[in-house]
Amino acid sequence: MNLLSAKFKIVLGDFKLNVDIETPVHGFTVLFGPSGSGKTSFLRCISGLERAPEGFLQINEEIWQDESRKIFIPPNKRNIGYVFQEMRLFPHLNVEGNLRYGLKRLAPEIDDSLFSQIVEIMGLVSFLSRYPRNLSGGEKQRVALARALLTRPRLLLMDEPLAALDMRRKQEILPYFQRMQSELNIPILYVTHSLNEVLQLVDTMLLMDQGKVIAAGPVEEVLSHPHLGQHLGHKLVGTILDTTVVRQDEEFQLTVLKFNSHTLYVPRREVSPGDKLRIHIRAEDIILSIEPIANKTSVLNVLPAKVIKTIPSDDDKCKVSVKLDIGCSILATITRKSLSHLNIKSGQNIFAHIKAIRMAHELN
Amino acid sequence: MDISNFNYQPIILTLQLAASTVIVLLVIGIPISWWLAHTKNRFRPVFEAVVALPLVLPPTVLGFYLLILLGPNGWIGKPVEALSGSHLSFSFTGLVIASTFYSLPFVVQPLYNAFDSIGKVPLEVAWTLGASKWDAFWTVASPMALRGYITAIVLGFAHTLGEFGVVLMVGGSIPGKTKVLSIEIYDRVETLDYAHAHFLSAGLLSFTFLVLFIVYYINKKLPVNFS
Repeated sequence: MNLLSAKFKIVLGDFKLNVDIETPVHGFTVLFGPSGSGKTSFLRCISGLERAPEGFLQINEEIWQDESRKIFIPPNKRNIGYVFQEMRLFPHLNVEGNLRYGLKRLAPEIDDSLFSQIVEIMGLVSFLSRYPRNLSGGEKQRVALARALLTRPRLLLMDEPLAALDMRRKQEILPYFQRMQSELNIPILYVTHSLNEVLQLVDTMLLMDQGKVIAAGPVEEVLSHPHLGQHLGHKLVGTILDTTVVRQDEEFQLTVLKFNSHTLYVPRREVSPGDKLRIHIRAEDIILSIEPIANKTSVLNVLPAKVIKTIPSDDDKCKVSVKLDIGCSILATITRKSLSHLNIKSGQNIFAHIKAIRMAHELN
Repeated sequence: MDISNFNYQPIILTLQLAASTVIVLLVIGIPISWWLAHTKNRFRPVFEAVVALPLVLPPTVLGFYLLILLGPNGWIGKPVEALSGSHLSFSFTGLVIASTFYSLPFVVQPLYNAFDSIGKVPLEVAWTLGASKWDAFWTVASPMALRGYITAIVLGFAHTLGEFGVVLMVGGSIPGKTKVLSIEIYDRVETLDYAHAHFLSAGLLSFTFLVLFIVYYINKKLPVNFS
C-alpha cells in the first residue's frame, strides 16, 4: 500500500493549480477531469518536472518535495516512470536503445529476465532493432510504456497515453495495460479526460476541476456521488458493478450476468462464462416502483432494493437522487415530483427497473 | 609559376587557424547556444544581437576594436602581456581570438537552431528516465542536434578560411605567423603575380565548395526527427 500526500500551489500563466490531497495509490488510479482542469500540471508536479513554489510531496516515508524546508528531489532521482501523451521516443536510438536508456541509469542491477519479461508483455520481441520512425503509433506507445516500466518505478505516471491513437489502436493497447497490471503490480496514476477507455481498469479515482481535486476515492464511490454530476457530466453519474458472465442465451441473443445474488440480462457480447465484466448503470436509467410490476413492463432487469436515503440535487432543482441497497449501494435519479408522489422514505422496500446497462469500455 | 618553390606556409597557417578557431568556438559556442535556446531571460535579444554583430559589421570595424583590446595597452592585451611577456596583437594567438569573434555567429546560430528545435521535451523524457541534465545533454540533445553540430563546425571552419579584414587589422601580414591565405592572395595580386593568385584562389574556391557540398549532402541523409 502506497500513501501519496501532495500539496501544490502554482500559477502557470492564467491557470492556478491548488491541490491538497492524501490518497492511497495502489493498482490503477485515474486522474479524471475536463481539459484544462489541471491534470497534467498536477502530474508534472508529482514527477518534479514542474516545481511548485509552494509544494509538499510525500510517498510513504519518502519526501520528494518540501518547500518549507527547501527539499526538492529532481525527477531523475525520484524513481518514477512517466509516459507522455505523444510517444516521445528517442529518434537516434533503436527500440532496444530506447528501452535500455532508463534501465542503464535507474535499474542497472536488473537481470535480463525482467527485460525479456517486459519486452514479451508489451509484444516487442520482434521490434528491438527497429527505429522509432518505422513504428506505428500504437507500437511507439508500447515502447514508451515498456521503457518506463523497465526502470522499476515506484509509481508510473501516464499522461493521456491513448489520446493520440485512434479507436482501433486504443483497443489494441488496452490488453497490454491489463497484462502490465496483473503481472507487474506497479501503482499507476493515469491522466485522462475520457474515462471510457480505461474505466474497466480503474480502482481509485481523483476528480479534478479548475485546478482543484474535487473528489477522491474508490471509483464506484466517486461515480455514484450525487453532487458530482456537474463536474463529471451527468451521463457518468451512476453505479459500477463488477459482474461475472454466467452463460450466453442463444435463443434471445442475450448474455446473462451475475452480481451477488442478482441476475442481469444484457445484449449478447463476445464473452465466455466465468469472465469478469465491469458494467455501468446510469442513475438516470433507473425507474423506481413501489409494486413489483416486472411482468407488466418491457424492462428486463428488475432488482428488489431498499431505500438508504434521498439526496436533493445541487444544480437541478427538479431532480432527486435516491441511494438504494441491492447488496451494495446503487444510485437512481428521479424527479422530485415522483418522489413526493410515491412517498419514498428511507428504509422502504422498493423495485429498481434498469432501462439500460453499459459495458464500462463502451461508455460515452 | 614555379611549383617547386611554391610557398605552402600560408595554406598550412590558414588551416591551423581555422581548426584552432573551430575548437575554441565549440567550447564557448555550445554553452552560449544552449543558454540562448533555453533561457527565459528578458535580455536574450541583447545577447542574440551581440552574437549576430559580426555578420553585418565591416570586418575592419571589428578588427579595429579587437586591435585596441588586444594591443599592448588594451584591456586584454595588457594583462596577457604582463603575464606571458609576449604580444597578443600581431601573433597567432591574437588571430585565433579575433577569428573566434568573427566566426561566432556561424557556429552559434546552427547550434542554437538545432537546440531550439529539439525543445525541452526530449530532455524531460531523459530526465524521468534517470539521466541528469548533463547526461541528457550528451546522450539525447547532442545526438539529436548532430546536423547542427556538423553545420556549425563546417561553417565556422570555412568562414575562418576566408577572413581578410579582421586578420589584416589584428595580425598584419607576418610570414609564418599571421600571413594567411587571403592575405597571401592579396599580396600576389598587388605584385601582379596573377598566376599564383589564380592558383590559390581556385584552390580555396574548390575546397570551400567541396566542404559545403559535403555538409548539405550529409544533412540531407540525416533524418533526425523527434517522434
